Amino acid sequence: MNSATAAEIAADEFARVVAEHRPQIFRFLLASTRDVDLAETLTQECFLKAHRNWSSFRGDSSAMTWLMRIAINLQKDHWRNRRMRFWRTTRTNSVDLDEASEWLPSGESSAEKQMLAKEQVRHVWKAVEGLSERQRSVFLLRYVEERELSEIAQMTGLSEGTVKAHLSRAVGRVRTELGRRK
Amino acid sequence: MSLWEKRKESPDESSHGSDTRLKSEPQDAILNEALRNFKVSVDAWSEAAYTARRVVELAPRRNWRPAAAWALGCALVASSISGVVYQRHEEQVKAKQAAAQLAAQQKQAADQAAVDEEDLLASVDSDVSRQVPSAMEPLAQMAEDDGK
Repeated sequence: MNSATAAEIAADEFARVVAEHRPQIFRFLLASTRDVDLAETLTQECFLKAHRNWSSFRGDSSAMTWLMRIAINLQKDHWRNRRMRFWRTTRTNSVDLDEASEWLPSGESSAEKQMLAKEQVRHVWKAVEGLSERQRSVFLLRYVEERELSEIAQMTGLSEGTVKAHLSRAVGRVRTELGRRK
Repeated sequence: MSLWEKRKESPDESSHGSDTRLKSEPQDAILNEALRNFKVSVDAWSEAAYTARRVVELAPRRNWRPAAAWALGCALVASSISGVVYQRHEEQVKAKQAAAQLAAQQKQAADQAAVDEEDLLASVDSDVSRQVPSAMEPLAQMAEDDGK
Protein backbone atom coordinates (compact mmCIF):
# COMPACT_ATOMS: atom_id res chain seq x y z
CA MET A 1 0.00 0.00 0.00
CA ASN A 2 1.52 3.33 -0.98
CA SER A 3 1.44 6.42 1.21
CA ALA A 4 -1.21 8.15 -0.95
CA THR A 5 -3.62 5.24 -0.50
CA ALA A 6 -2.95 5.12 3.25
CA ALA A 7 -3.64 8.83 3.50
CA GLU A 8 -6.89 8.42 1.58
CA ILE A 9 -8.02 5.63 3.89
CA ALA A 10 -7.14 7.72 6.95
CA ALA A 11 -9.06 10.67 5.53
CA ASP A 12 -12.12 8.50 4.85
CA GLU A 13 -11.93 7.04 8.32
CA PHE A 14 -11.69 10.50 9.89
CA ALA A 15 -14.61 11.78 7.81
CA ARG A 16 -16.70 8.88 9.09
CA VAL A 17 -15.73 9.68 12.70
CA VAL A 18 -16.68 13.34 12.19
CA ALA A 19 -20.06 12.44 10.71
CA GLU A 20 -20.77 10.00 13.52
CA HIS A 21 -19.69 12.04 16.55
CA ARG A 22 -20.03 15.67 15.61
CA PRO A 23 -23.66 16.07 16.76
CA GLN A 24 -22.84 14.59 20.17
CA ILE A 25 -19.80 16.80 20.67
CA PHE A 26 -21.86 19.82 19.65
CA ARG A 27 -24.63 18.84 22.07
CA PHE A 28 -22.24 18.49 24.98
CA LEU A 29 -20.60 21.84 24.24
CA LEU A 30 -23.98 23.52 23.78
CA ALA A 31 -25.19 22.22 27.12
CA SER A 32 -21.92 23.31 28.74
CA THR A 33 -21.92 26.83 27.33
CA ARG A 34 -25.60 27.51 26.49
CA ASP A 35 -24.16 29.42 23.54
CA VAL A 36 -24.86 28.10 20.03
CA ASP A 37 -22.10 30.11 18.32
CA LEU A 38 -19.50 29.23 20.92
CA ALA A 39 -20.53 25.56 20.85
CA GLU A 40 -20.15 25.51 17.07
CA THR A 41 -16.76 27.23 17.23
CA LEU A 42 -15.47 24.84 19.88
CA THR A 43 -16.84 21.85 17.94
CA GLN A 44 -14.93 22.96 14.87
CA GLU A 45 -11.78 23.50 16.92
CA CYS A 46 -12.23 20.06 18.45
CA PHE A 47 -12.35 18.33 15.08
CA LEU A 48 -9.54 20.46 13.72
CA LYS A 49 -7.37 19.41 16.63
CA ALA A 50 -8.48 15.80 16.22
CA HIS A 51 -7.62 15.92 12.53
CA ARG A 52 -4.13 17.24 13.26
CA ASN A 53 -3.55 14.46 15.77
CA TRP A 54 -5.47 11.72 13.99
CA SER A 55 -2.30 9.84 13.11
CA SER A 56 -1.35 9.69 16.81
CA PHE A 57 -4.73 8.25 17.83
CA ARG A 58 -3.92 4.64 18.61
CA GLY A 59 -7.40 3.48 19.46
CA ASP A 60 -6.65 2.74 23.13
CA SER A 61 -9.98 4.35 23.92
CA SER A 62 -12.97 4.81 21.64
CA ALA A 63 -12.93 7.69 19.18
CA MET A 64 -15.82 9.25 21.08
CA THR A 65 -13.91 9.18 24.37
CA TRP A 66 -10.88 10.71 22.68
CA LEU A 67 -12.96 13.43 20.99
CA MET A 68 -14.87 14.24 24.16
CA ARG A 69 -11.63 14.61 26.05
CA ILE A 70 -10.43 17.12 23.44
CA ALA A 71 -13.76 18.97 23.67
CA ILE A 72 -13.59 19.15 27.48
CA ASN A 73 -10.03 20.50 27.36
CA LEU A 74 -10.95 23.06 24.71
CA GLN A 75 -13.88 24.22 26.78
CA LYS A 76 -11.63 24.51 29.83
CA ASP A 77 -9.00 26.43 27.86
CA HIS A 78 -11.63 28.71 26.46
CA TRP A 79 -12.90 29.86 29.83
CA ARG A 80 -9.47 30.09 31.30
CA ASN A 81 -8.07 32.04 28.43
CA ARG A 82 -7.28 35.53 29.63
CA ARG A 83 -8.09 37.03 26.29
CA MET A 84 -11.59 35.69 26.56
CA ARG A 85 -12.16 36.99 30.08
CA PHE A 86 -14.47 39.66 28.77
CA TRP A 87 -16.72 37.04 27.22
CA ARG A 88 -16.62 34.95 30.34
CA THR A 89 -17.93 37.83 32.41
CA THR A 90 -20.57 39.01 29.98
CA ARG A 91 -21.67 35.74 28.37
CA THR A 92 -23.55 37.85 25.86
CA ASN A 93 -24.36 34.99 23.52
CA SER A 94 -25.48 32.54 26.15
CA VAL A 95 -29.21 32.16 26.22
CA ASP A 96 -30.92 32.68 29.55
CA LEU A 97 -32.43 29.89 31.58
CA ASP A 98 -35.99 30.57 30.45
CA GLU A 99 -35.03 30.41 26.79
CA ALA A 100 -32.99 27.24 27.26
CA SER A 101 -35.95 25.66 29.08
CA GLU A 102 -38.28 26.35 26.18
CA TRP A 103 -36.85 23.47 24.21
CA LEU A 104 -39.17 20.56 24.69
CA PRO A 105 -40.74 18.44 21.98
CA SER A 106 -44.48 19.14 22.00
CA GLY A 107 -45.22 15.40 21.82
CA GLU A 108 -48.57 14.14 22.91
CA SER A 109 -48.53 15.50 26.47
CA SER A 110 -51.03 18.08 27.69
CA ALA A 111 -50.28 21.77 27.97
CA GLU A 112 -50.16 21.44 31.75
CA LYS A 113 -47.60 18.66 31.56
CA GLN A 114 -45.58 20.71 29.12
CA MET A 115 -45.56 23.64 31.53
CA LEU A 116 -44.53 21.40 34.38
CA ALA A 117 -41.75 19.86 32.30
CA LYS A 118 -40.47 23.31 31.31
CA GLU A 119 -40.46 24.36 34.92
CA GLN A 120 -38.47 21.26 35.86
CA VAL A 121 -36.00 21.84 33.05
CA ARG A 122 -35.54 25.43 34.16
CA HIS A 123 -34.71 24.30 37.67
CA VAL A 124 -32.20 21.77 36.39
CA TRP A 125 -30.57 24.47 34.23
CA LYS A 126 -30.41 26.72 37.28
CA ALA A 127 -28.72 24.00 39.29
CA VAL A 128 -26.29 23.27 36.42
CA GLU A 129 -25.40 26.95 36.26
CA GLY A 130 -24.32 26.86 39.87
CA LEU A 131 -22.08 23.82 39.44
CA SER A 132 -18.31 24.01 39.16
CA GLU A 133 -16.78 23.35 35.74
CA ARG A 134 -15.89 19.75 36.59
CA GLN A 135 -19.20 19.00 38.26
CA ARG A 136 -21.03 20.39 35.25
CA SER A 137 -19.02 18.32 32.77
CA VAL A 138 -19.51 15.15 34.79
CA PHE A 139 -23.21 15.83 35.24
CA LEU A 140 -23.81 16.52 31.54
CA LEU A 141 -21.80 13.51 30.44
CA ARG A 142 -23.87 11.32 32.73
CA TYR A 143 -27.37 12.69 32.27
CA VAL A 144 -27.29 14.17 28.77
CA GLU A 145 -24.72 11.99 27.03
CA GLU A 146 -25.63 8.96 29.13
CA ARG A 147 -22.05 7.79 29.57
CA GLU A 148 -20.88 5.15 32.01
CA LEU A 149 -18.79 6.29 34.97
CA SER A 150 -15.70 4.55 33.60
CA GLU A 151 -16.09 6.41 30.31
CA ILE A 152 -16.60 9.74 32.13
CA ALA A 153 -13.45 9.05 34.11
CA GLN A 154 -11.53 8.50 30.86
CA MET A 155 -13.02 11.56 29.21
CA THR A 156 -12.34 13.91 32.09
CA GLY A 157 -9.06 12.37 33.18
CA LEU A 158 -10.43 11.91 36.72
CA SER A 159 -10.59 8.76 38.78
CA GLU A 160 -13.92 6.97 39.00
CA GLY A 161 -14.13 7.85 42.67
CA THR A 162 -13.74 11.54 41.93
CA VAL A 163 -16.34 11.28 39.17
CA LYS A 164 -18.76 9.70 41.63
CA ALA A 165 -18.12 12.45 44.17
CA HIS A 166 -18.67 15.22 41.59
CA LEU A 167 -21.80 13.54 40.31
CA SER A 168 -23.18 13.08 43.80
CA ARG A 169 -22.71 16.78 44.58
CA ALA A 170 -24.23 17.79 41.24
CA VAL A 171 -27.30 15.61 41.73
CA GLY A 172 -27.64 16.92 45.27
CA ARG A 173 -27.68 20.42 43.93
CA VAL A 174 -30.36 19.54 41.36
CA ARG A 175 -32.39 17.88 44.09
CA THR A 176 -32.14 20.96 46.27
CA GLU A 177 -33.14 23.21 43.38
CA LEU A 178 -36.14 21.03 42.60
CA GLY A 179 -37.06 21.05 46.31
CA ARG A 180 -37.23 24.84 46.26
CA ARG A 181 -39.88 24.57 43.57
CA LYS A 182 -42.35 23.01 45.92
CA MET B 1 -30.47 1.05 25.73
CA SER B 2 -30.68 4.45 27.36
CA LEU B 3 -29.84 5.21 30.94
CA TRP B 4 -33.53 5.81 31.63
CA GLU B 5 -34.58 2.46 30.24
CA LYS B 6 -31.89 0.77 32.27
CA ARG B 7 -33.09 2.52 35.38
CA LYS B 8 -36.66 1.52 34.71
CA GLU B 9 -35.63 -2.10 34.37
CA SER B 10 -33.67 -2.13 37.60
CA PRO B 11 -35.04 0.43 40.01
CA ASP B 12 -33.17 -1.02 42.98
CA GLU B 13 -29.65 0.00 42.08
CA SER B 14 -28.19 -0.87 45.45
CA SER B 15 -28.79 -4.54 44.71
CA HIS B 16 -26.34 -4.40 41.77
CA GLY B 17 -22.97 -4.40 43.38
CA SER B 18 -21.05 -4.61 40.12
CA ASP B 19 -23.13 -1.92 38.47
CA THR B 20 -21.14 1.22 37.80
CA ARG B 21 -24.12 3.41 38.56
CA LEU B 22 -24.14 5.38 41.73
CA LYS B 23 -25.99 4.47 44.85
CA SER B 24 -26.54 8.14 45.43
CA GLU B 25 -28.13 8.63 42.06
CA PRO B 26 -31.66 10.01 42.05
CA GLN B 27 -34.23 7.60 43.29
CA ASP B 28 -37.28 9.70 43.54
CA ALA B 29 -39.64 10.03 40.64
CA ILE B 30 -39.58 13.82 40.44
CA LEU B 31 -35.83 13.95 40.13
CA ASN B 32 -35.83 11.21 37.50
CA GLU B 33 -38.55 12.96 35.58
CA ALA B 34 -36.76 16.31 35.78
CA LEU B 35 -33.49 14.79 34.57
CA ARG B 36 -35.29 12.99 31.74
CA ASN B 37 -37.01 16.20 30.68
CA PHE B 38 -33.70 18.02 30.88
CA LYS B 39 -32.07 15.51 28.53
CA VAL B 40 -34.99 15.65 26.11
CA SER B 41 -34.86 19.45 26.17
CA VAL B 42 -31.10 19.59 25.51
CA ASP B 43 -31.49 17.02 22.72
CA ALA B 44 -34.25 19.04 21.07
CA TRP B 45 -32.34 22.31 21.35
CA SER B 46 -29.10 20.79 20.12
CA GLU B 47 -30.78 19.06 17.19
CA ALA B 48 -32.56 22.25 16.15
CA ALA B 49 -29.39 24.34 16.44
CA TYR B 50 -27.27 21.71 14.70
CA THR B 51 -29.74 21.27 11.83
CA ALA B 52 -30.10 25.04 11.41
CA ARG B 53 -26.31 25.32 11.22
CA ARG B 54 -26.08 22.59 8.60
CA VAL B 55 -28.76 24.28 6.50
CA VAL B 56 -26.97 27.63 6.71
CA GLU B 57 -23.68 26.02 5.81
CA LEU B 58 -25.12 24.06 2.93
CA ALA B 59 -27.29 26.85 1.55
CA PRO B 60 -24.53 28.71 -0.33
CA ARG B 61 -23.36 25.45 -1.89
CA ARG B 62 -26.85 24.76 -3.17
CA ASN B 63 -27.42 28.32 -4.37
CA TRP B 64 -24.26 28.88 -6.36
CA ARG B 65 -25.55 26.90 -9.35
CA PRO B 66 -28.65 29.01 -10.10
CA ALA B 67 -26.63 32.14 -9.39
CA ALA B 68 -23.92 30.99 -11.78
CA ALA B 69 -26.53 30.08 -14.39
CA TRP B 70 -28.07 33.53 -14.02
CA ALA B 71 -24.69 35.20 -14.30
CA LEU B 72 -23.80 33.12 -17.35
CA GLY B 73 -27.17 33.81 -18.98
CA CYS B 74 -26.83 37.52 -18.31
CA ALA B 75 -23.30 37.50 -19.70
CA LEU B 76 -24.46 35.71 -22.85
CA VAL B 77 -27.38 38.10 -23.37
CA ALA B 78 -25.15 41.11 -22.72
CA SER B 79 -22.48 39.83 -25.09
CA SER B 80 -24.98 39.09 -27.86
CA ILE B 81 -26.60 42.53 -27.44
CA SER B 82 -23.24 44.25 -27.37
CA GLY B 83 -22.21 42.25 -30.46
CA VAL B 84 -25.24 43.45 -32.35
CA VAL B 85 -24.75 47.02 -31.16
CA TYR B 86 -21.07 46.91 -32.09
CA GLN B 87 -21.86 45.51 -35.52
CA ARG B 88 -24.42 48.22 -36.13
CA HIS B 89 -22.00 50.86 -34.92
CA GLU B 90 -19.32 49.53 -37.26
CA GLU B 91 -21.73 49.64 -40.17
CA GLN B 92 -22.67 53.21 -39.30
CA VAL B 93 -19.01 54.22 -39.10
CA LYS B 94 -18.29 52.57 -42.44
CA ALA B 95 -21.29 54.26 -44.02
CA LYS B 96 -20.16 57.60 -42.65
CA GLN B 97 -16.67 57.03 -43.95
CA ALA B 98 -18.00 56.05 -47.37
CA ALA B 99 -20.25 59.12 -47.42
CA ALA B 100 -17.37 61.35 -46.40
CA GLN B 101 -15.15 59.77 -49.05
CA LEU B 102 -17.84 60.26 -51.68
CA ALA B 103 -18.33 63.88 -50.64
CA ALA B 104 -14.60 64.48 -50.82
CA GLN B 105 -14.44 62.94 -54.26
CA GLN B 106 -17.39 65.03 -55.39
CA LYS B 107 -15.79 68.15 -53.94
CA GLN B 108 -12.52 67.33 -55.62
CA ALA B 109 -14.30 66.77 -58.93
CA ALA B 110 -16.18 70.05 -58.54
CA ASP B 111 -12.95 71.89 -57.66
CA GLN B 112 -11.24 70.31 -60.64
CA ALA B 113 -14.15 71.30 -62.85
CA ALA B 114 -13.96 74.87 -61.56
CA VAL B 115 -10.20 75.01 -62.23
CA ASP B 116 -10.71 73.60 -65.69
CA GLU B 117 -13.40 76.21 -66.39
CA GLU B 118 -11.15 79.04 -65.22
CA ASP B 119 -8.29 77.78 -67.36
CA LEU B 120 -10.63 77.53 -70.34
CA LEU B 121 -11.89 81.05 -69.82
CA ALA B 122 -8.34 82.35 -69.48
CA SER B 123 -7.24 80.63 -72.66
CA VAL B 124 -10.30 81.91 -74.49
CA ASP B 125 -9.51 85.43 -73.26
CA SER B 126 -5.95 85.22 -74.47
CA ASP B 127 -7.00 83.80 -77.81
CA VAL B 128 -9.62 86.46 -78.25
CA SER B 129 -7.10 89.19 -77.33
CA ARG B 130 -4.73 87.91 -79.97
CA GLN B 131 -7.26 87.59 -82.75
CA VAL B 132 -9.24 90.78 -82.23
CA PRO B 133 -7.23 94.13 -82.42
CA SER B 134 -7.70 96.64 -79.70
CA ALA B 135 -9.64 99.80 -80.31
CA MET B 136 -6.51 102.01 -80.77
CA GLU B 137 -4.65 99.59 -82.98
CA PRO B 138 -5.67 101.19 -86.40
CA LEU B 139 -4.59 104.63 -85.23
CA ALA B 140 -1.30 103.28 -84.10
CA GLN B 141 -0.85 101.70 -87.49
CA MET B 142 -1.60 104.96 -89.21
CA ALA B 143 0.87 106.82 -87.04
CA GLU B 144 3.52 104.42 -88.00
CA ASP B 145 2.70 104.85 -91.66
CA ASP B 146 2.90 108.70 -91.41
CA GLY B 147 6.25 108.51 -89.87
CA LYS B 148 7.57 106.58 -92.80
